[in-house]
Order: sequence, then structure tokens, then C-alpha cells
Amino acid sequence: MTARTLYDKLWDDHVVRTEADGTALLYIDRHLVHEVTSPQAFEGLRMAGRKPWRTDSVLAVPDHNVPTTDRRAGIADPVSRLQVETLDTNCVEFGLTEFDMSDVRQGIVHVIGPEQGATLPGMTVVCGDSHTSTHGAFGALAFGIGTSEVEHVLATQCLLQKKSKSMLVSVDGRVSNGVTAKDIMLAIIGEIGTAGGTGHAIEFGGDAIRALSMEGRMTVCNMAIEAGARAGMVAVDATTIGYIKNRPYAPQGEMLARAIESWQQLHSDADAIFDKVVHIDAAAIKPQVTWGTSPEMVAAIDAAVPDPEQEHDHVKADGMRKALAYMGLTAGEPINQIAVDKVFIGSCTNSRIEDLRAAAHVVKGRKVADRVSLAMVVPGSGLVKRQAEEEGLDQIFLQAGFEWREPGCSMCLAMNADRLEAGERCASTSNRNFEGRQGQGGRTHLLSPAMAAAAAVTGHFVDVHELITES
Amino acid sequence: MQAFTEHRGIVAPLDRPNVDTDAIIPKQYLKSIKRSGFGPNAFDDWRYLDAGAPDIKNSMRRLNPEFILNQPPYDRATILLARENFGCGSSREHAVWALTDFGFRAVIAPSFADIFFNNSFKNGLLPIALDAATIDGLFARVKQEQGLEFTVDLASQRVIVGDETYRFEIDAFKKHCLLNGLDDIGLTLEHADQIKAYEQQRRLQAPWLF
Ligand code: SF4
Repeated sequence: MTARTLYDKLWDDHVVRTEADGTALLYIDRHLVHEVTSPQAFEGLRMAGRKPWRTDSVLAVPDHNVPTTDRRAGIADPVSRLQVETLDTNCVEFGLTEFDMSDVRQGIVHVIGPEQGATLPGMTVVCGDSHTSTHGAFGALAFGIGTSEVEHVLATQCLLQKKSKSMLVSVDGRVSNGVTAKDIMLAIIGEIGTAGGTGHAIEFGGDAIRALSMEGRMTVCNMAIEAGARAGMVAVDATTIGYIKNRPYAPQGEMLARAIESWQQLHSDADAIFDKVVHIDAAAIKPQVTWGTSPEMVAAIDAAVPDPEQEHDHVKADGMRKALAYMGLTAGEPINQIAVDKVFIGSCTNSRIEDLRAAAHVVKGRKVADRVSLAMVVPGSGLVKRQAEEEGLDQIFLQAGFEWREPGCSMCLAMNADRLEAGERCASTSNRNFEGRQGQGGRTHLLSPAMAAAAAVTGHFVDVHELITES
Repeated sequence: MQAFTEHRGIVAPLDRPNVDTDAIIPKQYLKSIKRSGFGPNAFDDWRYLDAGAPDIKNSMRRLNPEFILNQPPYDRATILLARENFGCGSSREHAVWALTDFGFRAVIAPSFADIFFNNSFKNGLLPIALDAATIDGLFARVKQEQGLEFTVDLASQRVIVGDETYRFEIDAFKKHCLLNGLDDIGLTLEHADQIKAYEQQRRLQAPWLF
């Protein structure tokens, strides 16, 4: 048999049929649903008199609109409330499992899938959300879909797909102290650009990726979409299997043993050929901070804001000028002298327990700087929150002057009450720094949880390494 | 779905790369549980000078005169000319609904983000990828001749600009569905037996997935 990539294997296992032009009908094992991209899909089902094909494949959760403050009073904004209630009623009507707002298991859809063991190696996982790529960390084929496709999966358990090209991003060697999965991924995007992976499914490999925990791998795969790829993935190994054991939705006992045997195949064959291969030197990666309005506009903490006049590509240079104007920055400004107004630690990129531990480690015994008007931690799920509280992390944050919130998407996209005001500058562990993403006129800088924590306690961007070695 | 065969219309040049879906339709409008009515808020942050929200009447807001889609005749444009990586960002189909609700039937750019590209076809919006040099030339022409119209002919896969024609590629299956305005779900359900057969065999191989 010819050598296959991990992507080939996952793809082949799910093809139900193929059209003459290569369009495949692909079977979907897990369908995650949230409140924003599903109402029109359910409405479509209802209007056509259709039923979900396989209700047990669906796990639904409200996350984008939910308040992160005390929830007992419900959602104040009537439009948000209607959307969340619509999800509740749709799940009841169609017989789907939902972790509603009062459930301790509620959280960001991409955090709870893996946490529950609902995301497993070898699966196809879809969700009406571009960061579904997160789940690829488990050796799964996971990608975001639009609302019409949500309806299509609900009704048929399948999707019409054209196979993407394959790309290997190999991060070779070891990263230095203080450099995290987030820095690796921002560095990759800085290198290949936000369209670098367009039309491709990216497999992340190399020693630096193998050395990451599952949390770290999820952070990397999460932002595959920011590199233009619909899907990102990492081969299965002992780290993967160790994470899955004893999760509520994961197979147990005899069945788990059988599953593990089959999961051992979920890696690219040694001589498999990729359409594109990129090598990144892990040792050269420094803590990263974005300076512009696209994730590829990123620089190392010890660098300066780049100069559009030095850029030869006129379209790019123009984009840089617009970004600098929006961000209120000038070329040549050192990144570590940029002061911040708000700090957000959360989102499906960086709100898992390991992220909170990393941030707490930096914050411990320090205070949020005076100039920072709001520093908030939003755990990715109710269970992450509980775990952090058991470890005393909430106290570390609270004593330093952080706010400790209820789980949800929160200021990652500011659909709820958490947002930036025009002109405010935010150190954010989320994944998108687009204009207005965190509130109209708001200025977002993406970085790791440890780096965000460092910015919170100093009031400006700073190499976290300086703070960790001090302590 | 609305079929797409041939379309002629005014082309609006939106000269910036990486136009993301947050820019096409900002998040505050995603709270709607409907598919329609997003047009007045397409490119909201660029189009208006003051902030918008679902409960604010758009007619009461100040339009940004600098923004291309506020300048006649581009307020009647039905074809959008854009730069690379158009539609990047979130999976929100609302971005496509906003463009079609505004009146767009086609977007022409050097490249598109994958999810946006797929979403477009489900709503009768035709995304056309042409090489960057051609796009550069088209921008120059469109900026020179205000209100210039293009014709897009899906059957022959051509964009016609005056005497020039540009051929574009498209998957045969997507083209067929778009030309005939076919409903994907109905088509897939014709293969229900095959889906069931797949499930049966898969259940034996990997029972933990069921
Ligand atoms: S945390 Fe942000 S990126 Fe992740 S699902 Fe929520 S809104 Fe999307």
C-alpha cells in the first residue's frame, strides 16, 4: 500500500461516496453545536420537516453570548437571551444533549468537547465555528462549517467536501524557557502568513510539538484557521491517550483497549508525501506579540513595530499602514514599551487549566499595574473553573486584582457585555486581532497567557522570562 | 437556493487584503436568529461613522462618505472586486447573508478563505478566483471607469469586461448545483441507503464511535 498522511487516513475512513469530480460525501462522527450558528439550521430542518439523522452525535452548548458575571439573574440583553433560549428549545424539540447555562459542564464548545472525551482520535468533528480545528490535536479531522452545513450534517450526518491539499509544519528542536504553544503558533503564522495554509489541512509535527501537552497541542491546532487552514492536526501518541482515559464520553475498559489499538495507526507513514512542508526552528522562537490587525502581523517581544516603507509588496504595505493607524502605533516603536489598558485571559485558544496555571505562576505575589483598568480571567469551562479553584488559582488572581469570571467566549469576540471601548489597548490570549473584534475601535494584541499575565502586572508588554527568572 | 446562470452588474472595488468576516458583518448582528436582514449592516464599521447595534435604526446613523459602498453608483453594486484571502476569519455564514442581502451576486478576488468560499455556494453567491495580476488590472480599470459593469457567465466560466474575457475554474459539482439552484440536503438524502451501509460497516470497525 502507498504511504499515507494522517489526513489521508482520516479522510479515507470517512468517505461514504465520491462524485465524478472528486467531491466526497464525508461521514461526520461528532457534531458540536452552539447558539450563534445554529438557529437558522434548526429552522431549516423544521421548514423541510426533517429530523436529525443521529441525535447521539450531537453535543450542544451556549458559549458565545453567555454572561461571565453572576448568572442567576439570567441574560440581561434580550437579543442574546433569545438566542440562548432558542438553542435550549431546539435541543429539547430535536432530542439533543445540551449543557445549558446552569450546568457545571458548560463552557466554550472547543474546551468542553475534549474535556468530556466527546472528541476522540480518528473522528471527524465539525461545528459551526472556525476554531473547530482545535479538536485536530487528538488526531481527528476537525473543521469549522457554516450554518447551511450545520443543517446538512444534522439532516444527513454527512458533508459534501473536496479533499484539501496536505501540509506539514514541523517545529524542530526545543523551545527555550518561557516560550509556549501560543508563541510557537504565532511564530508559525508570522512565517507562513494568514493565507499560508489556505486550501490545505495542516499536520503539526516535530519534536517541539511532540513535547507539548494536549492543552498546548489544542492551542496550536486552534489557530490553524488563522494560518488559513480549515483543519490542523497532530498524530496520536501516549500523550493523547493519557488525556482521553477516564473522560465521561470516552470508551472504557475492553472497548478502550480496542480503540487504542486502532488509534496507534493515526500518524503519517514515514515516507508519506505532503504537498507542502515547512520547517520551523523551535530554538529561534521568542515570546510573540501581535502589533497589527491580522494574526500574521506579529513580532518577537524584543523587536520593534515594523515599518511599512520597508515593505516592497504594495498591497501588504498598504495593509500595514491601515493596521498601524487603527492600532495607534508608529513604526520603530519597541514592542516592550507599548502600554496596555486591559488584559483578557481566556478564549478557546488559552483558557484551559494549564493556561491558567501558567498565568497564575507569573501573577503570584504581584499586583495588576495601576494603569490597567481591567484584568480578567475567564476559564474555558465550569470544570476548568472548579479545578482552578481547587488549586487556589482563583485566589492568586483575585489577590492580584484580576476579575475571576464564569466560563464562556467573553471578550474574545465581545458578544456579551465584556468588551473594549474605542481606543483601548488589550493584551489578549485569544486568536483574532481583527479591527473591532473585541469591541468597536478596540485594539487587540495577541499573546500567550504567561505574557498576558506579565503585561497585566507591569502595565506594558514585557518578556515573561524576565519575571519568571526574578521569582 | 437561488440559481446562478448569468449576471451583469456594477463592480465595486474594495481595495484591501484579508477582508475578514468580522469586518463583513460585526458580531453584534450575529445575535439574530433569522437568515435575512443583514444587508444594511454589511461592512458596518466601515460604512457608518457612529456605532451600530441591532436595536439602533440604521437610517438614523451617519454614513461614512469615504467608504466605497456609500458612493453612487457603488451603492447599487452587485459584484465585489477584492484582494487576497477574502472572507478569512470566523465561519459565520451571516457574512455571506450580509453580502447577498446587500445585493451582491459575485465576489472576485485572488483567493478566498475556505469556509467563506463554501458558504457562498450554499447561498447563490459566486466566489471567483482570478490570478493576482489579473485582479490588479481589473482594479485599475474599475477605478478608471466609474460604474463599469462586468458580466459573469457561469456556464462558460467567464468574466466578461468589455472586449476582454477571463476564464475561471470551478468544481463541476458546485457548478451544477449553482446553475440549477439545487438543495444539497435533498441531493444527499438520495444516498441515504449508502450512508446507512457505511454506518453499519463502521459500527463493526469502530464501535466506540456510536
Ligand atoms: S472563544 Fe472566541 S474564537 Fe473561541 S469559539 Fe468563542 S468566540 Fe470563537
